[in-house]
Amino acid sequence: MLRDITLGQYFPGDTVVHRLDPRTKICMVVVYLVALFTANDAVSMAIMACFLGLVIALSRVKLRLLLRGLRPLLIILTITGLLNMFLTPGEPIVSFWVFNISAEGIYRAVFLVVRIVMMVMGTFILTYTTPPMSLTDGLESLMGPLKRIRVPVHELTIIMSMALRFIPTLIEETDKIMSAQKARGADFETGNLFKRAKALIPLLIPLFISAFRRADELAVAMESRCYHGGEGRTRMRGLKFRRRDALTGLTGAALLAAVIGLVVLR
Amino acid sequence: MPNLIQTQNLTFTYHAAESGALGTPSAAAPVLREINLTIQRGTFVAVVGANGSGKSTLAKLFNGILLPSGGKVYVDGMDTLDEATILEVRRRIGLVFQNPDNQIVSTPVEDDVAFAPENLGVPPAEIRQRVDDALKAVGMYDLRRHAPHLLSGGQKQRVAIAGVIAMRPECIVLDEPTAMLDPIGRREVLDTVRRLNAEHGITIVLITHHMSECIDADHLVVMSEGEIVMDDTPKAVFTQADRLTELGLTVPPTTALLHELRKSGVDVPVDALTINACAEAIYKTFP
Ligand SMILES: Nc1ncnc2c1ncn2[C@@H]1O[C@H](COP(=O)(O)OP(=O)(O)O)[C@@H](O)[C@H]1O
Ligand SMILES: [Mg+2]
Repeated sequence: MLRDITLGQYFPGDTVVHRLDPRTKICMVVVYLVALFTANDAVSMAIMACFLGLVIALSRVKLRLLLRGLRPLLIILTITGLLNMFLTPGEPIVSFWVFNISAEGIYRAVFLVVRIVMMVMGTFILTYTTPPMSLTDGLESLMGPLKRIRVPVHELTIIMSMALRFIPTLIEETDKIMSAQKARGADFETGNLFKRAKALIPLLIPLFISAFRRADELAVAMESRCYHGGEGRTRMRGLKFRRRDALTGLTGAALLAAVIGLVVLR
Repeated sequence: MPNLIQTQNLTFTYHAAESGALGTPSAAAPVLREINLTIQRGTFVAVVGANGSGKSTLAKLFNGILLPSGGKVYVDGMDTLDEATILEVRRRIGLVFQNPDNQIVSTPVEDDVAFAPENLGVPPAEIRQRVDDALKAVGMYDLRRHAPHLLSGGQKQRVAIAGVIAMRPECIVLDEPTAMLDPIGRREVLDTVRRLNAEHGITIVLITHHMSECIDADHLVVMSEGEIVMDDTPKAVFTQADRLTELGLTVPPTTALLHELRKSGVDVPVDALTINACAEAIYKTFP
């Protein structure tokens, strides 16, 4: 279960999507999310789905991988779906006990679940196809203007990149601690919510202590490799806008325009 | 040319405020006392000592991560206390630590190796060149696109070594780099380190507590309770097996065998370190 968490991981590849400038990809995700939340009928949603399908195909990210990334969200998706199905007012088609299920309810439930799934998939494609360093370089560059109002942009982005780098390591560690505590009789799976939350304490404390120790060693290792802040730092993969970035940008603009157009026309 | 690393009456005390690591008691007593050590260019130096004898502390003083409380550390003639040259000191002395997971800063492998040259402001095309060279030097070039967390321990440690080689250092200091590795990983790392020393002329300081890793070093430094108690060739050090045992250290099995033979009255030389040399010595005694 824990190993299903693929958040922020990068899967190397050599496709158009992989090669796009990270800034383009970040902007596209923003455009995509805005369009996704603007889209409010089947037609515009279908357009969004086609777009997502196209990007998945182009990036050659395995669908299995995207679905695996969704697995930890299964509970949230189910709850959202069910709540919408039962709580949306309308003409009931099926009713039992106090529940009424209407056509509108089903429609809304499906619509929302699809929207969340598409939102998560879209953002996952960004991290799956962009090395963390490029991602943070892109963010740093996009947030560059904020430096003028003294926002510590470099520091924020390096923190983010370290967080991304350590997600798999800490997940592995959590897994290990869980096994160790289970071997000593800890029970994470049964009991009421309160009991389960309490059972997490012997998991969280060692995890945090080890994370602090790692942070200490990491800081020493970074300084040993001449890290001294963002000043004078160069990049192996320079950021560069190319023709494909311009084309992608236009596609994004067209997508947004189409969806907004459809919504306004209705 | 000045010596690569030279310490003069180096003393070091962790102050309560400086003790960053969790769980380590803040000692007011000096952790290192009056260390005078010279490391010559191109040599392979091994450092051994019981736990807590100050080896890791010494390593961090070599590149100015820690600064002397008393005395001096000179790298290529540069004082590590001089802030103006500290980056140059760190570039020359690369540090590799015990836990590879905590020194790999990025994924995939090639991005991690690029970290140091990026910090040094090397132009992008040259970074690419350095990264490729460094990965080839440790035999990890084919895995350059892999995610480091999916590699074996030995491979991760070689990535960490590549990460410092990309700085084009004069010297690599490795602090128990094999302590967390299985025997295969250990072999990989040690072979890599030896090759870097022999073929690329990089000075190596290997901190270890596997005596067998010290056998072919040019110099063996033995530390105990913050002091250097022996600094000689491995042969000369291992002939004093009793002294080493006193210090809580073991001797390589070959030396142990020869010492045992000698104790039971067989007249063998005790300075044969490699397995072959040892076999030969015994063979000569029993023709
Ligand atoms: N961050 C620290 N703060 C305070 N004391 C420390 C710290 N790190 C190490 N020490 C102490 O310094 C001594 C030497 O430690 P160290 O250099 O790690 O030895 P070694 O690497 O030979 O095992 C030990 O007594 C240890 O407890
Ligand atoms: Mg140590």
